[in-house]
Amino acid sequence: MKKLMMALTIAASFAVAGPALAADKLKIGFIYIGPPGDFGWTYQHDQGRKQLEKELGDKVETTFLENVPEGADAERSIERLARAGNKLIFTTSFGYMDATVKVAQKFPDVKFEHATGYKTAENVSVYNSRFYEGRYVQGVIAAKMSKAGVAGYIGSFPIPEVVEGINSFMLGAQSVNPNFKVKVIWANAWFDPAKEADAAKALIDQGVDIITQHTDSTAAMQVAAERKIKAFGQASDMIKFGPETQLTSIVDNWGPYYIERAKAVLDGTWKSHNVFEGMKEGLVVMAPYMNMPDDVKKLAEETQAKITSGELKPFTGPIKKQDGSEWLKAGETADDKTILSMNFYVAGVDDKLPK
Amino acid sequence: MTMFEAILLTVATAATPLLIAALGELVVERSGVLNLGVEGMMVMGAVTGFAVAQYTGSAWLGMFAAILAGAAFSLLFGFLTLTLITNQVATGLALTLLGLGASAMIGESFVGLPGVRMDSLYIQGLTDIPYVGKVLFGQDPIFYISILLTIGVAWFLFRTRAGLTLRAVGDNHTSAHALGVPVVRIRYLAVIFGGACAGLAGAQLSLVYVPQWVENMTSGRGWIALALVVFASWRPWRILAGAYLFGAVTIGQLHAQALGIGVPSQFMSSLPYLATIIVLVLISRNKRLTLMNTPTSLGKPFVPDR
Repeated sequence: MKKLMMALTIAASFAVAGPALAADKLKIGFIYIGPPGDFGWTYQHDQGRKQLEKELGDKVETTFLENVPEGADAERSIERLARAGNKLIFTTSFGYMDATVKVAQKFPDVKFEHATGYKTAENVSVYNSRFYEGRYVQGVIAAKMSKAGVAGYIGSFPIPEVVEGINSFMLGAQSVNPNFKVKVIWANAWFDPAKEADAAKALIDQGVDIITQHTDSTAAMQVAAERKIKAFGQASDMIKFGPETQLTSIVDNWGPYYIERAKAVLDGTWKSHNVFEGMKEGLVVMAPYMNMPDDVKKLAEETQAKITSGELKPFTGPIKKQDGSEWLKAGETADDKTILSMNFYVAGVDDKLPK
Repeated sequence: MTMFEAILLTVATAATPLLIAALGELVVERSGVLNLGVEGMMVMGAVTGFAVAQYTGSAWLGMFAAILAGAAFSLLFGFLTLTLITNQVATGLALTLLGLGASAMIGESFVGLPGVRMDSLYIQGLTDIPYVGKVLFGQDPIFYISILLTIGVAWFLFRTRAGLTLRAVGDNHTSAHALGVPVVRIRYLAVIFGGACAGLAGAQLSLVYVPQWVENMTSGRGWIALALVVFASWRPWRILAGAYLFGAVTIGQLHAQALGIGVPSQFMSSLPYLATIIVLVLISRNKRLTLMNTPTSLGKPFVPDR
């Protein structure tokens, strides 16, 4: 059933992607996993695309295909964009990795940019964001703000990207209160507003007084607002859904990167690379610190400044794993490879990681 | 508010949209029509309810608009399958696809806007009764409608002459036609009722459950409602039981996760479905009872031969 729906959605999105127009413009294509209207992950990528159009004006022309499932359909969609004359193509989900590399081999003169993956080629770059840096700041705030000493964490799927976030949040909280606890609920969905709301209610009923989430809708924020506790937004600034609730939000800011890469293609300096950028490069932006006392705000800003300058790295020892074994010695920092494949909790997380 | 009470309230909110949509589909199927478009009608209800509430500032107007939208959308299905005699399964699926697409288009400008929440009931004194006050007297209006609807549908189907006629049409449309019963007209009414219920269920999602609009916000709840009708072997009270069982297991597994009991979350997430399948198997073991309740003409096209 779902397959059929996907197939039809793709057929429909093909119909709207227009034919080639002016030849002298740089044509740029985007592949989205969800609808731009999810107000989360895809929304932020689309904001980046719009910033790109605004900045470079009539030098570029952008197209996007939405709701493209990861798998065989992805390859066809990417190839379609390449055939339509796009010279720069952004594929914005982890699961497009192999499809991107495969299509790239067929179109050596087209540049490809794949988000959150790890396979590069002559004409394939990889870009990823250190979301976990923002999680650390959130952890610091949570430990300062929580009276119960327990925060609730709504996770989507137990993949490294999400586990990184939970661990970093925990470490940030422990830096303020070593006994801080985190309760985790896995929604097993990226996007199911009603289920996310239920998860938030369950966490609040069990006594947490701060909610943070790694799922894509604003439902948890609304529940937190209704129950009058504090919460963190995700992917975009969700302040409208909780004017007196949102403490801050990690905003994925892809625009500058998209502009930089498009400019590189325009002046012929584009080279394949593999970047993992965070606060320093402006990929991770924190929404304004709100609804907290000045001293907490100051601490949050200081923490953010330290991470931005590189003085503070969230995954710096001594850190113990959940089972008590040593992960990092004092002063040792985790390398990017370990961070990108993280599949264990650090000590203190009140959950068993699903495998 | 005690934790037990809080859980009960959450379960009721989770079960209500399933209950309402399934009750509507029950009446449709009892009349012999299989409408697989529940998801599509529900999501149309959700977007219309949200939009109208947004413009007028009234959740009640939003709710009525959602009911109308669901009914109007089902009329399209009725016209295709009952007048033009198209295949019911294919038309129902198409209705779901159309609903998901159309709602996304209508709702595009509403993404990212906080919605209007329908206020819960509050009766001085009664709502404050410990343990049961909030559950009995402090819920949202659509919850009470859903309970009244269950009573109403059960009474209509099994205690009234019109209900008997409707069931007769569903069981054998040829005989019913021979007796002079207006088969097509009755089916039209049933389909419209089903659409109105699905629209109301959608309104519950976008006005009570999560007061916001996002594309595809029903996330498969229409399909669960469809399954519930079969699970309940076409009996209204069993639908109530089924919807609350599904809701309770859904919420229960979230609480179990938050307690950190260490059962894999993937397994927990599949529990509501697992529980429903098990009950389904247990119920269908009684062949005679199942056969007795299955509308015999379900999904079969009716062409009056004069």
